[in-house]
Amino acid sequence: MRSMNGTRVVVIGAGIVGAACARELALTGGFQVTVVDRGGAAEATTAHGEGNVLVSDKGPGPELRLAQLSRRLWPETLAAVAARSPRAADVVRAVEWDPKGGIVVATTEAGAAELTRFAAAQRAAGVRAEPLDAAALAAAEPHLTRDHAAALHYPEDAQVQPAAAAAALLGDALAHGATLRTGCEVRGARTRGGRLTAVRTTEGDLAADLVINAAGPWSGRLAARLGAPVDVRPRRGDILVTAPLPPTVFHKVYDADYVGAVGSSAEDLQTSAVVEATRGGSVLLGSSRRRTGFDDRLRPDVLSALAAKALRLFPGLAGVAVMRAYGGFRPYVPDHLPVIGADPRLPGLWHASGHEGAGIGLSLGTARLLRDLVCGAEPEIDPAPFRVDRPAVLGASATAPSEESA
Amino acid sequence: MTAASREDARRHVVVVGAGPAGLAAAAAALAAGARVTLVDAAERPGGQYHRTLAEEFGGPHDGGSPFARLRRRVLGHPRCTWRAETSVWALERPDPEQPGPPLVHTLTGPADGNGRRRRVLTPDALVLAPGAHDRVLPFPGWDLPGVYAAGAAQALVKGERLVIGDAVLLAGTGPFLLPVAASLLAAGAGLREVLEANPAATVARGWARRPWELTAQPGKAAELARYATLLARHRVPYRTGRTVIEARGEGRVEEAVTARLRPDWSVVPGTERTVAVDALCVGHGFSPQLELPLAAGCTLLRTPAGPAGEFVAVDGDQLTSVPGVYAAGEITGIAGAPAARTEGALAGWLAAGGEPAAPALRRVRRNRDRGRAFAARLAAAHPVGAAWPGWLRSETVICRCEETDYGALCRAAADEAGAAPRVTKLATRAGLGPCQARICGPIVAELTTRLRGAPPGGPAEGLPSAAPHRRPLAQPIRLGELARTPDAPDTGTTDPSDPTDPSHPSEPTDSKESTA
Repeated sequence: MRSMNGTRVVVIGAGIVGAACARELALTGGFQVTVVDRGGAAEATTAHGEGNVLVSDKGPGPELRLAQLSRRLWPETLAAVAARSPRAADVVRAVEWDPKGGIVVATTEAGAAELTRFAAAQRAAGVRAEPLDAAALAAAEPHLTRDHAAALHYPEDAQVQPAAAAAALLGDALAHGATLRTGCEVRGARTRGGRLTAVRTTEGDLAADLVINAAGPWSGRLAARLGAPVDVRPRRGDILVTAPLPPTVFHKVYDADYVGAVGSSAEDLQTSAVVEATRGGSVLLGSSRRRTGFDDRLRPDVLSALAAKALRLFPGLAGVAVMRAYGGFRPYVPDHLPVIGADPRLPGLWHASGHEGAGIGLSLGTARLLRDLVCGAEPEIDPAPFRVDRPAVLGASATAPSEESA
Repeated sequence: MTAASREDARRHVVVVGAGPAGLAAAAAALAAGARVTLVDAAERPGGQYHRTLAEEFGGPHDGGSPFARLRRRVLGHPRCTWRAETSVWALERPDPEQPGPPLVHTLTGPADGNGRRRRVLTPDALVLAPGAHDRVLPFPGWDLPGVYAAGAAQALVKGERLVIGDAVLLAGTGPFLLPVAASLLAAGAGLREVLEANPAATVARGWARRPWELTAQPGKAAELARYATLLARHRVPYRTGRTVIEARGEGRVEEAVTARLRPDWSVVPGTERTVAVDALCVGHGFSPQLELPLAAGCTLLRTPAGPAGEFVAVDGDQLTSVPGVYAAGEITGIAGAPAARTEGALAGWLAAGGEPAAPALRRVRRNRDRGRAFAARLAAAHPVGAAWPGWLRSETVICRCEETDYGALCRAAADEAGAAPRVTKLATRAGLGPCQARICGPIVAELTTRLRGAPPGGPAEGLPSAAPHRRPLAQPIRLGELARTPDAPDTGTTDPSDPTDPSHPSEPTDSKESTA
């Protein structure tokens, strides 16, 4: 590993990915890490998701490898944070790490055949995917519809309370010398000899040897401001929250359609049933995906579609009150792969973004990969599929004029 | 033109809330020739105000009161569709390119029944008049049985003839304590004293400001005199500058600790007194119900004082920042029923497309302005002192649904990485329970801001700011109800047999009404 003594790093975005990157670099030593966010820490995309740490929804390929690395890192990272102090242990308890496992249900024969094929390929890639017969499924999820064609159990799937997870990672970074500046918006770049030397912010310039773009769905816009646009766009997801219930849903249960919806690029609305309980007793019902820019208007038709899909899996929930609905913007890249690595167009700029709905789960693997790349160490997984200079990332926006470039 | 198409050409005004403001709005909109859909969660119109006062003045069957006449006139009007037991669970904003009022998604039927009907209303203009609810600031022991919100206590003694207790203390701030005291006495409760937290000087200064304005509210002065006489007759002391800072008891309230307060509501040390009580009624003014205005996209106006310092911003025509959306009543400022009625009349008339220069409006506007001046006076005379959190202890529950205590809020605020309002909310769970922060939201927001300083920056694009009143689902809806397709859009068309000619507006106030 190269020596990084005194390397000044500015991480833009205090969401889960920025927090994970800041922590990884702060713990490595040799970096002076500053995390900046125009709002508060972890309050945007991170606090508006479900907290998925999943392997079940990913087919063999680079994203699954990143998910598997992340899944391994989650328990050991949380244990390391908790070991720092009693207060840190409290913070980690609030993360509500729950390796509850996922159950994927196909409701049609065609869906069942597809799910069986998909699971076989996942098993070949090292994922635990166990078929459940009707009796085993009824034992695992007694309130689930009996009207299904196939079901698979993914014991590795887990859930966290995402905002608390980000706060725990960021808090650990701060405890290891990083600093946090909230309410500080990055306006543009300062360069010398074609190299990024500082970011201009609403609070003045911040000198940096490395700048990490971890601005989630806003990272496309941020990159344009810095003069190196990447094609990361917002894709909205909505979630319903029920009133607290006695234990009713025990795993993360979802319709096999979900995998297809995740992989789809359609602009219009995609919904599939994703049902799980939280520690507070509420049941979260997702998920929808639609590309509407940063439009946060409530769409009752979307909520209706979510409710109808959820009731297909859990018909017994029809009388349960929905207390709340929330939505968030996920950073979407047309080829559905995160963007992790150095930007060859602007030395000094790095990206860690584009995780769409999987950023909570993938944050730790992303941070580890980024650290290895920054330090010149051999990464555990092949970083090439995530590189910045691939057509899906530079495609449309790289040639489009940017209205906000600095 | 057929009768049906003439009806379709009329403006459709949807009025949410059938309290004093909403009823007046509906009446004025009808007078201006519009079709009106009036919705309210209750079975009968009247809102919080008439729920209690109609009975005080002769009960709900008093057909001769102005309120009863107004109610009959509105509900019986052929162009009015009255939707009782109807809650608005969502407002769907139109495309930003075509600004206008939102679609109004409603559920009709008993709240605890099954299979409420889903409807979608498509207004040409929307009048929001949802009103306000009791505000109670937390203090140690406020969650003990036997401690009531003042308004809830009043509803209990009036609605259910419950004699709250034999040794009752009524504390808080605002003139609303007086009618509550009257109700308690009328029901036979043993009221020991009434405590107004603000010192006499604050109250007097607030009311005496610009005294010429008071001449416009002669009814108010007479009302106050009546209450003063009543308290004197029952030998109930009314003390200023003192309040309840703690309730104690095993399983229910047994004693209250009162203390003298400075003008900022900090406790004067050594003035604590312990009083044996069997019930405690507390009210610190009212909190406007802002979830619908926020859902419609209306700009709020921040007033400096206390946890209820936000109201809907309206212009001189009661129009909010959203085209076609009007606001009336307590959501624009706490001023009581008379002011709410004039705001409603103005909003309803203009929402219906009534002539803005109609001569009758001049008086309405004048009364509305007086109502606003009264609201300002009220706020000045009965502010919430900034030092009230000094009563709190670490174990004082702030969010009663989730049992989040003050200590948890303090710990969250001390965590630099987890200090953003939404992150704090998820971590402490304050406001996540069944009431969805209706009770604790503004208080948690105030405490968090005090502990941490104002939240940094604005919200990121597309994300709403962390407003304590923000509830995109304005009311709970069952999954089964949500999954069903709503009835076809309801444009408010009713039997097209109404003879009124909209080109001749009648005065949008009660004054011209003959008894029906």
